[in-house]
Amino acid sequence: MARIDRRRLLKLSGAGAIAAGSGGLAGILASGRAPAYAQGTTVHYLRWSDFVPASDQVLKTKIAPEGEKALGIKLTFEMVNANDIQARVTSSVQSGSGPDIILALNNWPQLYTESLADVSDVADEVGKSQGGFYDVSKAVATVGNKWIGAPWALGGGLVAYRKSWFQEIGLDKFPETWDALRDAGKKLKAKGRPLGQTLGHTFGDAPSFWYPYLWSWGGKEVEAGGKTVALNSKETIESVKFAVPFWKEACDEGGLAWDDSSNNRAFLSGSISATNNGASIYLEAKRKPDNYQTEKGTPMWQDILHAPLPMGAGGQYNLPNPFTNMLMGYSKNQKAAKDFLRWISSKPIFEQWFTSQQGYTDGATLYWEEDKVWGADPVLLPFRDLPRKGRLMGYAGPPNRASAEAQTKYIIVDMYAKAVQGLAPEDAVKWAHEEMVKIYT
Amino acid sequence: MTFTYAAATPYAGTPRRGPLTRLLEDERWLAVALLLPTVALLGLFIAYPFVKGVELSVTDAKVGVPGHFVGLQNFEQVWNDGIFRVAVWNTCVYTVVTTIFKLALGLWLALLLNNNFKGKAFTRAFILLPFIIPTVLSTLAWKWMFDPTFSVINWLLFQLGIIRSRINWLGDPNLALISVIIVNVWRGVPFYAISLLAGLQTISPELHEAAAIDGARAWQRFRHVTWPLLLPVTLVIVLFSVIQTFADFQLVYVLTGGGPANATQLFATYAYQIGIGTGLLSQGATISLAVFPVLLLVVIVQLLYIRRVETH
Repeated sequence: MARIDRRRLLKLSGAGAIAAGSGGLAGILASGRAPAYAQGTTVHYLRWSDFVPASDQVLKTKIAPEGEKALGIKLTFEMVNANDIQARVTSSVQSGSGPDIILALNNWPQLYTESLADVSDVADEVGKSQGGFYDVSKAVATVGNKWIGAPWALGGGLVAYRKSWFQEIGLDKFPETWDALRDAGKKLKAKGRPLGQTLGHTFGDAPSFWYPYLWSWGGKEVEAGGKTVALNSKETIESVKFAVPFWKEACDEGGLAWDDSSNNRAFLSGSISATNNGASIYLEAKRKPDNYQTEKGTPMWQDILHAPLPMGAGGQYNLPNPFTNMLMGYSKNQKAAKDFLRWISSKPIFEQWFTSQQGYTDGATLYWEEDKVWGADPVLLPFRDLPRKGRLMGYAGPPNRASAEAQTKYIIVDMYAKAVQGLAPEDAVKWAHEEMVKIYT
Repeated sequence: MTFTYAAATPYAGTPRRGPLTRLLEDERWLAVALLLPTVALLGLFIAYPFVKGVELSVTDAKVGVPGHFVGLQNFEQVWNDGIFRVAVWNTCVYTVVTTIFKLALGLWLALLLNNNFKGKAFTRAFILLPFIIPTVLSTLAWKWMFDPTFSVINWLLFQLGIIRSRINWLGDPNLALISVIIVNVWRGVPFYAISLLAGLQTISPELHEAAAIDGARAWQRFRHVTWPLLLPVTLVIVLFSVIQTFADFQLVYVLTGGGPANATQLFATYAYQIGIGTGLLSQGATISLAVFPVLLLVVIVQLLYIRRVETH
């Protein structure tokens, strides 16, 4: 028997993989055979623990085994708390070893541009076959014309509110302006049912409310070029001036200490009447109708509706949370990882996961707007239109490292928090502006 | 009866020794060999990260980008950073206040535990619980107790008629810092108590008896017998505690994330936020290193003082 040394084995397996992969995913599917990878090729995929636990189950119990069969590689799916992902990315990049693919949230791919593999071929293929990506998905996943990540999905927030409680104060639908919401919140708070929003240091719900709030007043962090800080404006000051009485009169003031799950708990326990959030409150209430009930003893989910944040002089916005699959530059399994990304983003496979989300996220491509999932529950339908009204942190500039730093330092959120705690609105804006200047220069 | 004796083996001198054995018989080399594992461990886990930290702090390194030498630019930037200054102030307040309370309560507890009473062993073990439970776990429990909506502390105070509206423990900037201080004291007191108890037990009861015979009252016995003998131990404990508290991370990270509006931001949480959250490794390292001169000063002053106390 001819002796095959290590060098020759690598050559052979590499050639096999190239041969099998030359036809892309279509080639793999057409041949009906898994591409040949070196024995024991493993793709390690790190993701956040989903707010919809059923989706993680689908990934682990259905998609992973299917993928192993289709691709002929071993798949390791690991789910960790979203707060821990960046620590994992940092240690992996610095040590040059770790998961092959990491699912990034927000604008994180822009923080690691030098450490990510070029996945333009994958993104182009997926984008072309699925009607193109949303602008916000593309913005965080590209540097110039190069794709540094393959967009996966888009999360985002809408206001979940108690229909009957708003009806009790004479409103058949959620207020459409900030003044109307302040007025409604005042009445609701007087009944012990305030609005609930976090002003704390928490990565999800705090920016999801306060950035769109700023934009709706016409405020922005920087000018379009992304170089000149433009926060200290008449519009921003107006927004802060309004936020102080709005907070005191209409909101649960404990929100200064809330994390991303606090508003879920407060809403489900009947302590607050409305909060800007993903669909997780509604989905949880629907999943456990006996646990979460109204004061009348009816299932709470039947009393929940969703509405966009109110409109201001500057318009009406939301802050979508793009999820992007980053293929790490240090990965030794580039080819297998790319094939996996193509495969898991393909319509039949992604659909399994997307269906399990029940509307908690939008697809990253326009194709998923027509999916049957949106017909299943009208209460979740408004989430479908989120990406089109979305802006990203760092507006009117690009969602780059500086915008991420501003977010990580909670400059915008703390600007409002400082004012609520008693600092003069002008001084709060001045402080935030100066901090932004330090970041952007 | 006959006895047989084995023929005595003729003396052949000491067994042949290897060069290693011969080397280790020299005390200087033996000392080196015995110290080597410790030096290796310290080098690997203390010196290397420290040197790496210093190296990072004088570059513009980011995650995945080695960076170039920029001199003291990061230190200048950090010095001009308003949030960093808040973090410095918070860390100092946090360390000083918690150390005073931990020492006072720990000493009080140690004196109580030094008495003989039924269930002494159990109580001593039980007292250690806050120190034994993983910090993240116990802090999560405290987070619930301070929760603006579900606080059991508020509920209790309300039921007792002490408060009429809820206390915003973690939402009010002053109360938030007080809250993290309370949790740190709760967690740290057992360490002080047990360590000081160990110190108390080394003090001979005869000294107390002699003082009592001379008419010294309880307070005088403590002031003139217990305290001077306990002082060297106390200083070492305070030294350890100050270093640990200055670099505290998990407690604040879990409880408030440094908020609201940086009211509880500490060195470590801010360094993590910048280094990991923003990927600016060099600035994160700079913030971490800013602790070093302060701690070095504390250590030098305390060690000098300990030496003086021991010499006396």
